[in-house]
Amino acid sequence: MMVFSFYLFATLVVVSGIMVVLARNPVHSVLWLILTFSSAAGLFILLGAEFVAMILVVVYVGAIAVLFLFVVMMLDVDFTALKGEMAKYMPLAGLIALVILVQLGLAIGNWQIAPQAGDLRAAVTPEGIDNTRALGLILYDQYLYLFEASSLVLLVAMIGAIMLTMRHRTDVKRQDAMAQMQRDPDVQLKLVDVKPGQGL
Amino acid sequence: MTSMDFSTVLPEVLLSLYAMAALIGGVCLGKDKVAPFISWLTVAILVLFAALVGLQSGSRVAFGGLFIEDAFSRFAKVLILLSAAGVLAMSADYQERRNLMRFEYPILITLAVVGMMMMVSAGNLMSLYIGLELQSLALYVVAALRRDSTRSSEAGLKYFVLGALSSGILLYGAALTYGFTGTTDFAGIMTTVTTENLPLGVLFGMVFLIIGLAFKVSAVPFHMWTPDVYEGSPSSVTAFFATAPKVAAMALLARLLMDAFGMVPDQWGQIIALLSVVSILGGAIAAIGQMNIKRLMAYSSITHMGFALLGLTAGTAQGVAAMLLYMSVYVAMNIGMFAFILSMERDGQPITDIRSLHMLAKRGPMRAWALLILLFSLAGVPPMVGFWAKFSVLLAAVQAGYVWAAVFAVIGSGIAAFYYLRIVYFMYFGTEEEEGIDKRIAPAQRVLLIASAVIMLAGSVNLFGIEGMAQMAAAALVN
Repeated sequence: MMVFSFYLFATLVVVSGIMVVLARNPVHSVLWLILTFSSAAGLFILLGAEFVAMILVVVYVGAIAVLFLFVVMMLDVDFTALKGEMAKYMPLAGLIALVILVQLGLAIGNWQIAPQAGDLRAAVTPEGIDNTRALGLILYDQYLYLFEASSLVLLVAMIGAIMLTMRHRTDVKRQDAMAQMQRDPDVQLKLVDVKPGQGL
Repeated sequence: MTSMDFSTVLPEVLLSLYAMAALIGGVCLGKDKVAPFISWLTVAILVLFAALVGLQSGSRVAFGGLFIEDAFSRFAKVLILLSAAGVLAMSADYQERRNLMRFEYPILITLAVVGMMMMVSAGNLMSLYIGLELQSLALYVVAALRRDSTRSSEAGLKYFVLGALSSGILLYGAALTYGFTGTTDFAGIMTTVTTENLPLGVLFGMVFLIIGLAFKVSAVPFHMWTPDVYEGSPSSVTAFFATAPKVAAMALLARLLMDAFGMVPDQWGQIIALLSVVSILGGAIAAIGQMNIKRLMAYSSITHMGFALLGLTAGTAQGVAAMLLYMSVYVAMNIGMFAFILSMERDGQPITDIRSLHMLAKRGPMRAWALLILLFSLAGVPPMVGFWAKFSVLLAAVQAGYVWAAVFAVIGSGIAAFYYLRIVYFMYFGTEEEEGIDKRIAPAQRVLLIASAVIMLAGSVNLFGIEGMAQMAAAALVN
């Protein structure tokens, strides 16, 4: 059963991954991407990493893929024109890709792992505690430094996005709640008794 | 994690907390109106941190090897903090006059400095990468600071795309290295990557890592972005690009090569030697036709990075010490040069054409003198400090057996002298009919320009003892 599930999920990951690239319609690409994520989550469950599987579904499928979907639909980019532009560079790009492929084949073809590498690898599955706890212990203890540093990177990205795009327009009227609440009816309002047939 | 780990990373933590506090303060207290205040406060804070970091001693490792605090990282950190403070101090006036005084600018610079401090203290491929990204991301944003100008936006975008590409290459190398060694820790990599244990795959990984960092120090042939980004960004940002990030990337490269690949110096020595020679010659030759002083400084920085790499080529403690000394002198010279470039204006508008310097000797004799000394030092004319920096690098390379590289470096230095001395020619023997630059120079710029020129002269006596500190720092790294 395990073997069958593994091959099922693995095939799904590879096939839907290829379809992400091949699909003509970008919305279809995103849908295939969601299938890729879900199948990968299945693979994680087979490995016994249920927390990672859940995160993959919640964060990647639930948030990121949906965001992609919105972006793709809203931007309305003409992908056929982009592809036509790409086709011009295809021969040269293909040649370079081929050269790199051969080089990497040489590098990975005689791949070997250092004999000491096994001892240096950090213990992957600690005994006696569940996955979520083990992840938390590593993430917020030894790797706290990296965790917080990554949050600084995100902060910089946020500052940058705001700084480069936000414009403070002075020619539009804005709502100011404090000013609204502090208006005094005695000053702001004038009650006029309009006599019938006379007007103001 | 212990309190010991925390006290080791305390400067970085406090500096990032300051950045966040300044951000909140800036947003609450009227945004760009408080920008000058935040800018000068940041200068003071950076100088204070330089003193705090410089006063520490010993070497400590925190978070299981992710973070290394030793004499080497302290030397680089002090240099980074001081150069960032210097650049911020001289750019305040420039930005105010160009309407670029945004309160985010000093904050982004502070966060970039935090990233650089993390880079030079990195003891693991992961902390290397995150520090590098923190630094780069902040720099991409400030490159596009003048967002209404297409040049500045183009500079930011170009820097971003090529920076992302180089990060990808770096990550690829890191992945290959990890695949071979089973660890991302530098000390672990050091024990597994040895001369008898060196398959092709790990060599690929090492070369990709070097290429990724060569992008950041803008060594030829990975320098293409440099002239465009230097020219397109506002001059104050260019001044920053030319100083602190170069120190950080160079120190990181030294740390990676010595701490992780220290057992196979022959393998990377050739690569670094080649990068160094090509950078020196490429930078020197490409700068000949440049009339824009910012592009000129871009090519000049490429040549200087070539010299610093030459020190690294040697793979000895002496070579690393020479590299650190070279970077210190480079930063001191560049701060002076950019203080001058920021003051170059004609009728209140910034100008970057070097032909505007014709007969500067008559209009501003003091500035002309200071610039003369700086240019001689950049060209490496004895007895200026620039000469001694070049000398120590060449000496280290020759003693390590890279005579051919040293010969090419001297030839390149001779070519480079042409365009430095051409500016001197313009200033003292130029034609009268060209319109010159304004007399005005902001006080901070004047102070930094003259201080830098005085350092170039006075330093030739004993280099202010920096040589001894650089040797201590190098000894901490190499052993």
